[in-house]
Amino acid sequence: MARRGKAAGRPHVRARIVLLGPGLSYLAVLLLLPLALLIGYTVFRRGRFGGIAYEDGSTGENFARLTDPLYAGVLTDSLRIAAVTTLLALLLGYPTAYAISRLPGRWRTVALVLVVLPFWTNFLIRTYAWIVLLSTHGVVNSALTGIGVIDRPLKLLYTEPAVVLGLLYAYLPLMVLPLYSAIERVDPQLLEASADLGARPARTFWSVTLPHTLPGVLTGCVFVFVPSLGNFVVPELLGGGRTVMVGNLIRDQFLTARDWPFGSVLALALMAFLVLLLMAQAWAGRRLGGR
Amino acid sequence: MIRIHAVTRRFGEVTALDGVSLEIEEGEFFALLGPSGCGKTTLLRVLAGFETPDSGTVTLDGQDLLGVPAHRRPVNLMFQSYALFPHMNVEKNIAYGLAREGLARAEIGERVAAVLATVGLTAHARRRPHQLSGGQRQRVALARAIVKRPRVLLLDEPLSALDKQVRAEMQLELKRLQHQVGITFLVVTHDQEEAMSLADRIAVLDRGRVQQVDTPVELYRHPRGRFVAGFVGANNVFSGRLLPSGGLDVPGVGVLPAPAGKAAGLVGVRPESIRLAAQGADAHLHGTVLDISYFGGSSRIAVTVPGLDRPVLLTVPGPATVTSGARVALSWDPESAVLIETTGDTP
Ligand SMILES: Nc1ncnc2c1ncn2[C@@H]1O[C@H](COP(=O)(O)OP(=O)(O)OP(=O)(O)O)[C@@H](O)[C@H]1O
Ligand SMILES: [Mg+2]
Repeated sequence: MARRGKAAGRPHVRARIVLLGPGLSYLAVLLLLPLALLIGYTVFRRGRFGGIAYEDGSTGENFARLTDPLYAGVLTDSLRIAAVTTLLALLLGYPTAYAISRLPGRWRTVALVLVVLPFWTNFLIRTYAWIVLLSTHGVVNSALTGIGVIDRPLKLLYTEPAVVLGLLYAYLPLMVLPLYSAIERVDPQLLEASADLGARPARTFWSVTLPHTLPGVLTGCVFVFVPSLGNFVVPELLGGGRTVMVGNLIRDQFLTARDWPFGSVLALALMAFLVLLLMAQAWAGRRLGGR
Repeated sequence: MIRIHAVTRRFGEVTALDGVSLEIEEGEFFALLGPSGCGKTTLLRVLAGFETPDSGTVTLDGQDLLGVPAHRRPVNLMFQSYALFPHMNVEKNIAYGLAREGLARAEIGERVAAVLATVGLTAHARRRPHQLSGGQRQRVALARAIVKRPRVLLLDEPLSALDKQVRAEMQLELKRLQHQVGITFLVVTHDQEEAMSLADRIAVLDRGRVQQVDTPVELYRHPRGRFVAGFVGANNVFSGRLLPSGGLDVPGVGVLPAPAGKAAGLVGVRPESIRLAAQGADAHLHGTVLDISYFGGSSRIAVTVPGLDRPVLLTVPGPATVTSGARVALSWDPESAVLIETTGDTP
């Protein structure tokens, strides 16, 4: 048995290497190398005039700073913002994906193209557009004062909700697409069987559609949560100086504070957290898949 | 009880149902028989509420049924592909429909256990569908439909995946259920023996049309049209001119034993009515043995006859005494040949 497996396995192995080769080398160069550099930096400390300097005990010090309330606060803020964004994306994205999957064939394609259409415009420009909408004398405030709902302009821009809104806007398509493909894959006969057995549409959704789309829900949540957590453009533009997320913090360490070692530690901490999250997702996905 | 009137359903070019009209009585065991693609599943789906006919009406106890959404119809469909919920175990699959009726948990448990015993799957209650064999899945699908005890049970090939013995048991079980609970059964099958043995009445469908509706005996004795005659009981069908003195004159073959008549007509002769004859006076047909299949109790012999486009089939008791390639003569009694009515549009 084992011998046969080996003999049969050899061409497979070769095919796998050929197929995986380009992707793996790309990843090796662009992911593993920088990662090694990051890890390397953690043993240093900030140099007096920028750059890095070696000093005994720098590593421990760098990591200890993670627990500093200042940085820990930024981490929990980021987690909260990313989590709220993900939840809102799910609540908005599920009905959208569901509605799209119920459209007749041709309109489905149109709707899907519309969902990804924003990606065709530069991300920065789209985020700047939100400044125009949300600023004190922006479109939203003008409209609201114009029709007399409010007397004075609201403070919309440079708030945490503005950041959430910007992230939600940026990543909603990443929620809709996996949800759509999950909903579309549900066997229509199962829905019919449920109705046949006397289940109302809402019950069928709850007992059949939803359980079958949970892996898609999980994927969508990870797709939105991960880039939201690391994003630094949106908090910078829409959060002003008030809301700083880990992304900003890391960027500031590298570009402003010139503290590359601590920046590396932050980046590694974020990455470790995300790896744990992805492992949890893979585990949960297998459980939900049921097979 | 159920009255299907002139129901037509088209899918683009294909007409799956073409003016189908049927009446099914309360408590009846009604079978739909027909070749693949003749519209059997489509008809059941119309009754269950998953297919809307292009035209026609369906009433249940005189009330319009087509306007009622599927989940409120007092009808249950067992899907041809089972459609079991893959994320629920056998027990939960079966309990699903009962839970929708808002029954007490204890009663649901009892009824599920009882039906599991009926289909012989008590030991598999906790398995998921993908952990079952095809036949076991089919029995779960059957259990899930019958446990609801609906007014009408629609079964789409309910026993096709079962081996002979289990199938016979389940057939008995279905009959028992029908008598005990008084459910009306509408069962699709392409197995005519099954239809014959189970059904009170049978409708034969071909290309979306009802060809004949009759009791099994009538259908067997007096098939109407070439299609029904050929489909039911693997009849040999001969086409020719009936003679006033008796017999059927088949061009290029000769006069075959048949009742008297005086027009062009079709005559069907069952395989078991035909016997191997001595060459000479008694023989009506001569041909060459094409193929022999042994069925244990009997053998079926196919004989090619010059002038006929299809081999003549005959059944003889026990093992065949002839071999493939042998020249044989065939004969039958005129009384055993049935005239096939051709009032329909199928000549
Ligand atoms: N949703 C559909 N779209 C297009 N054509 C369909 C659809 N459903 C059925 N048909 C066609 O309608 C015809 C009847 O199909 P149906 O499933 O009722 O056949 P059937 O008698 O159940 O056959 P079988 O014994 O193989 O199950 C077939 O020609 C089939 O291809
Ligand atoms: Mg079918």
